Amino acid sequence: MKKFKTHTLVGGVLVAVLLVLAVVAAVWTPYNPLGIDLRSKLQPPSMAHWLGTDEFGRDVASRAMQGAATSCLVALLTVAAATAIGLVVGVVAGFVRGWTDRVLMAFNDTLLAFPGLLLALGVMVIVGANKWGIVLALSLAYAPSVVRVVRGTVLSLREREYVEASRMIGNSEIYTMWRHILPNCMAPVAVLATSMFGWVLLSESALSFLGLGVPPPAPTWGNMLASARPYMASAVWLCVVPGLCIALTLLGINLLGESLRDRLDPRTEKA
Amino acid sequence: MNTVTNPPVLPSVLSVEHLKIELRHGTQPLVHDLSFDVKPGEFLAVVGESGSGKTMAARAILQLLPPGISQTGGRIIFDGEDLSTRDVKAMRPIRGPGIGMVFQEPMVSLNPVHRIGEQMAEGLRMHTGLSAEEIRARSLDMLRRVQIADPERCMHAYPHEFSGGMRQRIMLASVMLLKPRLLIADEPTTALDTLSQREVLDLMVGLARDNGTAVLLITHNLGLVGRYAQRAIVLEKGRLVETGDVPGILVEPKQAYTRKLVDALPRRQPAKAANPAQQQQPLVQVRGLCVSYPGARAGLFKRNAPVRVIDSLDLDIHPGEMVALVGGSGSGKTTLGRAILRLAPSHSGQILFRGEDVRTADRAALHRFRLACQLVFQDPFSSLDPRMRVQDIVAEPLRHLPAFDAARERRMKETLDEVGLDGLGARYPHELSGGQRQRVAIARALVRRPAFVVADEPVSALDMTIQAQVLRLFQSLQQHHGFACLFISHDLAAVEQIADRVIVMERGRIVEQGARDAVFDDPRHAYTQALLAATPRPLATLASAGTAPSPVPEKAFA
Repeated sequence: MKKFKTHTLVGGVLVAVLLVLAVVAAVWTPYNPLGIDLRSKLQPPSMAHWLGTDEFGRDVASRAMQGAATSCLVALLTVAAATAIGLVVGVVAGFVRGWTDRVLMAFNDTLLAFPGLLLALGVMVIVGANKWGIVLALSLAYAPSVVRVVRGTVLSLREREYVEASRMIGNSEIYTMWRHILPNCMAPVAVLATSMFGWVLLSESALSFLGLGVPPPAPTWGNMLASARPYMASAVWLCVVPGLCIALTLLGINLLGESLRDRLDPRTEKA
Repeated sequence: MNTVTNPPVLPSVLSVEHLKIELRHGTQPLVHDLSFDVKPGEFLAVVGESGSGKTMAARAILQLLPPGISQTGGRIIFDGEDLSTRDVKAMRPIRGPGIGMVFQEPMVSLNPVHRIGEQMAEGLRMHTGLSAEEIRARSLDMLRRVQIADPERCMHAYPHEFSGGMRQRIMLASVMLLKPRLLIADEPTTALDTLSQREVLDLMVGLARDNGTAVLLITHNLGLVGRYAQRAIVLEKGRLVETGDVPGILVEPKQAYTRKLVDALPRRQPAKAANPAQQQQPLVQVRGLCVSYPGARAGLFKRNAPVRVIDSLDLDIHPGEMVALVGGSGSGKTTLGRAILRLAPSHSGQILFRGEDVRTADRAALHRFRLACQLVFQDPFSSLDPRMRVQDIVAEPLRHLPAFDAARERRMKETLDEVGLDGLGARYPHELSGGQRQRVAIARALVRRPAFVVADEPVSALDMTIQAQVLRLFQSLQQHHGFACLFISHDLAAVEQIADRVIVMERGRIVEQGARDAVFDDPRHAYTQALLAATPRPLATLASAGTAPSPVPEKAFA
């Protein structure tokens, strides 16, 4: 009980701070995140610029706030899309079996065979480098692993007797899938989704690093980190700020994910 | 054999004195002040339900208590020495040559990645200085002794190539290779069907007699106690409640708890008066039903001949009739039940329900059929959706009936009352005991008032007193609602209690069928006779004999 509460509390506070920052950034930031001021470039944190300025004199705090909105939106949408695709394809493949399963899984395994980032790069080249391109590319790259997890779970669940009991009751296959199989898949998927949130944040930075992320000057944590690389020794705050943002967000999401999973599963509710 | 009045002269092989076992941070001890002796060559039964601490006591003897649980008091004296003072290293010479153990679950007690020969040799290699050839020769001898066909091939085979009964015999063989002075058998046959159960236990008795090994049989099955043990101790919640010679304990139990256990033994009830319904058209008629599985792959496009599981089988079930389907594992009884309900595919023949063929029925007709039929599963742990509350599980079948929500709710409550679960509707399945879960499964099956119910071993996964309760409940519900029932079971004792008619199946065919009393009192087919002989029915045997049974060896092979 104690552990459960601490998880929820710490995770909740971290995620709440993040959300507040992201929402506030939409209406107000201390400075214009895109405003260039070459006279005060690469300044360390001070009273005027709490988190210092970057190589163009832009306020790092303002950019981090704006970046929070973009990065988290991209990551959330990607995780939601990948989980949705993965659940639908995985449940159908696992429950229907036969040729449907074989064709779906052959396609899925082909996607899995590509390194995720390479796949995303390919898609990005086709749809173009913008926010929606990233979401599409990364959800296609991450959905196959969700499909695998979901299909495996469904395969073991469909042999349970309560699934057979549902058939005996006269429930249709679709109802059985919806009522008895899907909810029982949620625990592993919730865990996967929270860790995926982290991978997506990192992949987004990797794409930015390769020049295919959200195009500059719009800030994301990823491209802030990427552009901070040359100044790692001279202006350390430039990589510490976005790096810390990513790390704290991951921590918060993971803690929250864990308590979410406990809450989703009635068996651990009173543990 | 010593009688109770004559104190034994022989020193005990094992004496347990005031044993106390506690969970490290627990409040109530798991085993409290337990004392008993095992004499050389004696067959002692430890009886109790799950949670009575009998397995913990056995594990304590071998110093194999699970982490977090420890012995906090008492002594375990084996060969004049207290085992509880020995450390892990000093226990090693005891485990094996001193005390051998056979576990409950034959499916997991052999290591799947090692050949049988290697696993059998392990003990001899460690505890004796025998050469490899000598070890091999002894293992082969022992396999022959436990009646494994083709022991040479068995030595090179892996555990998955054997059935549960065979594995348990192999397990027994490898334990007895070391000729232990005491054999602890923890529910050794609970996972086996009646016929294999008899084989394994008969072999165990024979081997123990050959080597002068004393046996500590841990079981919840009083039938086995009556057949094999000379003395029994009864445990309840970690305390010893009664100890005594076996016929005495079964015939005149002194303690209330023992009496409760004995009362839970299934017993025959007077047959129902001939049902006028039987003259009507049968509710379910099965004609020439065949079920086969595709043969093993023999090549890229070739398969071996399909395996017939059900072979042109005919069967009638009348309205309101309780028909028991019995047979050993592999006889096809479960497959038949599932095929009738169309949960398993069948390949030819007819299944007529109220005169309408449901085997080839389209979706609508199948739906109508399923509205009138239900199935109760064996395992109450996997037949309930863990994410649903009891009330939702029981109410779910009602969504296919045209009714108002209030009426549905009333029916759900009524059914929960009937199975004795009123007030537990808001619980989740994991918050219930095994017996309560099986009641939920029964409520779900009966909430729609089906005309036909298939019950597949509905009580075999439960404790004995719970078994009796659930069986009685099922019987009274059947009489009250008057549904026809196909009761699938390998437990003839339970069948004797509730069936109107008995059907005996062997290898996919019906070998005998008839009214219960006829089949039980005058079995015609050899397979039925074997099944009946293998079923321990202590009350029937004791009642008819009227005297104490003869000593163990003769009794076991009678």
